[in-house]
Amino acid sequence: MKSKITVALAGNPNAGKTTIFNNLTGARQHVGNYPGVTVERKEGLCRHGNIELQIVDLPGTYSLTAYSAEEMVARNFIIDEKPDVVVDIIDASNLERNLYLAVQLMELGVPLVLAFNMSDMAKARGYEFDTEKLSRFFRARIVQTVGNKGTGMKELLDAIIETATNGTSDTNHKDEKASTDLLSSKANIRGAHHQAMPIMNYGWEIEKEIAKIENLIQKNRSVAGKYNARWLAVKLLENDRELRAKVTSPKINEQVKKSIEHLEKVLGESTETAIAGARYGFISGACQEAVRSTIEIRHTISDRIDSVVMSRVLGMPIFLGLMYLVFQLTFTLGDPPMEWIDNFFGWLGGMVQSWWPVGSESLLKSLIVDGIIGGVGGVIVFLPNILLLFLSIAILEDSGYMARAAFIMDRLMHKIGLHGKSFIPLLLGFGCTIPAIMATRTLENERDRLTTMFVAPLMSCGARLPIYTLIIPAFFPQAWQAPMLWIIYMIGISLAIISAKLLRSTVFKGESVPFVMELPPYRIPTLKGVLIHMWERGWLFLKKAGTIILGISILLWAATTFPGLPERSKNHFKNERNAVSTSNLPEKEKAERLTAINNAEAEAALEYSISGRIGHAFEPVFKPIGFDWKLVTPVIGAIAAKEVFVSQLGIIYSVGEADETSKSLRSKLRSRYTPLTGFCILLFMLIVAPCVATFAVMKTESGSWKYAFYQFGGLTLLAWVLTMIVYQIGSRLGIGIG
Amino acid sequence: MPLAIVQAGRWVRIVTVNAGHRLQNRLAAMGLVPGVEIKVLRNSMNGPFLIEVKGSRIMLGRRMSQKIIVM
Repeated sequence: MKSKITVALAGNPNAGKTTIFNNLTGARQHVGNYPGVTVERKEGLCRHGNIELQIVDLPGTYSLTAYSAEEMVARNFIIDEKPDVVVDIIDASNLERNLYLAVQLMELGVPLVLAFNMSDMAKARGYEFDTEKLSRFFRARIVQTVGNKGTGMKELLDAIIETATNGTSDTNHKDEKASTDLLSSKANIRGAHHQAMPIMNYGWEIEKEIAKIENLIQKNRSVAGKYNARWLAVKLLENDRELRAKVTSPKINEQVKKSIEHLEKVLGESTETAIAGARYGFISGACQEAVRSTIEIRHTISDRIDSVVMSRVLGMPIFLGLMYLVFQLTFTLGDPPMEWIDNFFGWLGGMVQSWWPVGSESLLKSLIVDGIIGGVGGVIVFLPNILLLFLSIAILEDSGYMARAAFIMDRLMHKIGLHGKSFIPLLLGFGCTIPAIMATRTLENERDRLTTMFVAPLMSCGARLPIYTLIIPAFFPQAWQAPMLWIIYMIGISLAIISAKLLRSTVFKGESVPFVMELPPYRIPTLKGVLIHMWERGWLFLKKAGTIILGISILLWAATTFPGLPERSKNHFKNERNAVSTSNLPEKEKAERLTAINNAEAEAALEYSISGRIGHAFEPVFKPIGFDWKLVTPVIGAIAAKEVFVSQLGIIYSVGEADETSKSLRSKLRSRYTPLTGFCILLFMLIVAPCVATFAVMKTESGSWKYAFYQFGGLTLLAWVLTMIVYQIGSRLGIGIG
Repeated sequence: MPLAIVQAGRWVRIVTVNAGHRLQNRLAAMGLVPGVEIKVLRNSMNGPFLIEVKGSRIMLGRRMSQKIIVM
């Protein structure tokens, strides 16, 4: 017997799969993505006795067809990686529907264990199971569990190990490979009849065709070894797109085509409907024999909650209220810890700085303090937001409310070609684009998810607010300031709506995914589940985004540092400083002049650096939108973080450390640019490429650099074109240039 | 008749599902196959459609409720 066994957890969404996974593995988890798709891959380790179990949490699916990325991943994992045991987590209070997947797993011929989860709830609702009888129907050991209380875990592990050791799950059978072979040969099916073994029978007509195809498959070496022949035959009859493409034998394909045509003629319905119907028939049969239901009260409490939460009058206000709460929790409660982190890195930077003598120039110091500490701090500062956000989302999701929210918002979001669930990520975008993009994980459909990710940066994030609060008062009279801010946000929202619609009907087109969603009964989320969920996301963000952001921050630091001013101009500033220091001006004026010289030096250094040169080089490109190099350089700096725009503008205009309330910076801007340019700055900064952190998260979340670059380039182009139109029309018509 | 015109509160039986393979499979996996009894829980003229099937609550798009034929 192996000392390490692989266990795959399968099951319907909302059957409590994640809770069981968490119970078994605790904190020993690893989250990644399956290659090429945005489907999450969760793995964890667990020890039972002296056996090490590697547990893989497959995505939640209703079936094993090839119609969604999740189902494909689950199926391919079972076929390709051949786990020693597959555990199907079943919501025992919703047995018939959940057993549909179990039938398919049974047909696949894998060593199977069924976990009847939430069995306490099932009992409370009046269900009684004859697990022994059921286990004969499904050729699998059945364990009753209560995931959120942790009961049945030991029994489940025992069953897993026993199944892995014996190769078969059904204790009634001596034959080692019974579960596989019983189904794959006709002789054994007859034999099974002999033992009064209930079998999944599709009825005479379909069975005849299955046998024909099965026969051909067994003769074909290229497919026979990989798949269970009977299972493959059924799948081919079900018109499984992926498998039909994989089977290249013309003989088999010919037979499949003939069989399907024949069956559709005699049955008068499509083969997949007939097959699905037969499976449900088998399940009902099993349940009639082995399940006693005394009362039907599954939904009483949920229904009562829903009659309020989803009512026509209260549904929307309750939803908006909860969203407001999430928003508040994320961005208000997150503020103090963010400040602590910010202060900590400020203190750390100051401490490191003190290792060098005052006034000395050291590249290493600058790299550590401005590049590394500044860069890392800039990332970690988002952590409280992200943890709080995912805490809220985990609660909403685990309690079952998220599905209701999708229901309520669906009508509105449908108009722009998105799913009701897209609303939450977009709303979060007003706080910060990073959690917004991460929150798209709740969207099951890939195209919906990518579309939502793409337009999320158009929801003007919090870091852009300092830019607006600097620019708006600089160019617009008091009465216009609030409306102007509102206009900017509205432009962002409108652009997001238009872009979503455009993307959904072009790049991310394709079959509109049928909108079918289950409304799970309400449940009280478990603390453990919620915390693990939150920590997972936080860690993922720190680890992956952290490395990329750190790299790019150092690059941006280098761009604003190198090349340093030549000796000659450095000496020039030094001499000027000396002249002031040794003069006999009053102390106050001396200090003022010294600051002025320092600011002038910073300005000269920035202009001389790569970043300043890029600013100059790109000036012609930005000319049509009315930007000179002094605006272009901060635009480039803002790639690091949006608020950097303000501080770099401060350096360029020689006002030293600037913030959004800086009066001298405002008056300098006002004297140099027209209100039209002011508006163009707002517009451009609203739309232009998202910050480095967003770029990095976009890469990790979409699973590809390609999308990150498309978003970066696409938004920049959109910003340029729109600002150009506004600037050109504005200046021709003479609007706002006075 | 299409499911779309069934009033909330009524029980009906699915006759056929007029949809492509993809949709049929998806619906079948969620328990919506011909012969199954379903209850319409909510049917407001626009916006999603809510039904009960085999003890679970399922939300359908309006377009889909027109493709499911019931009696």
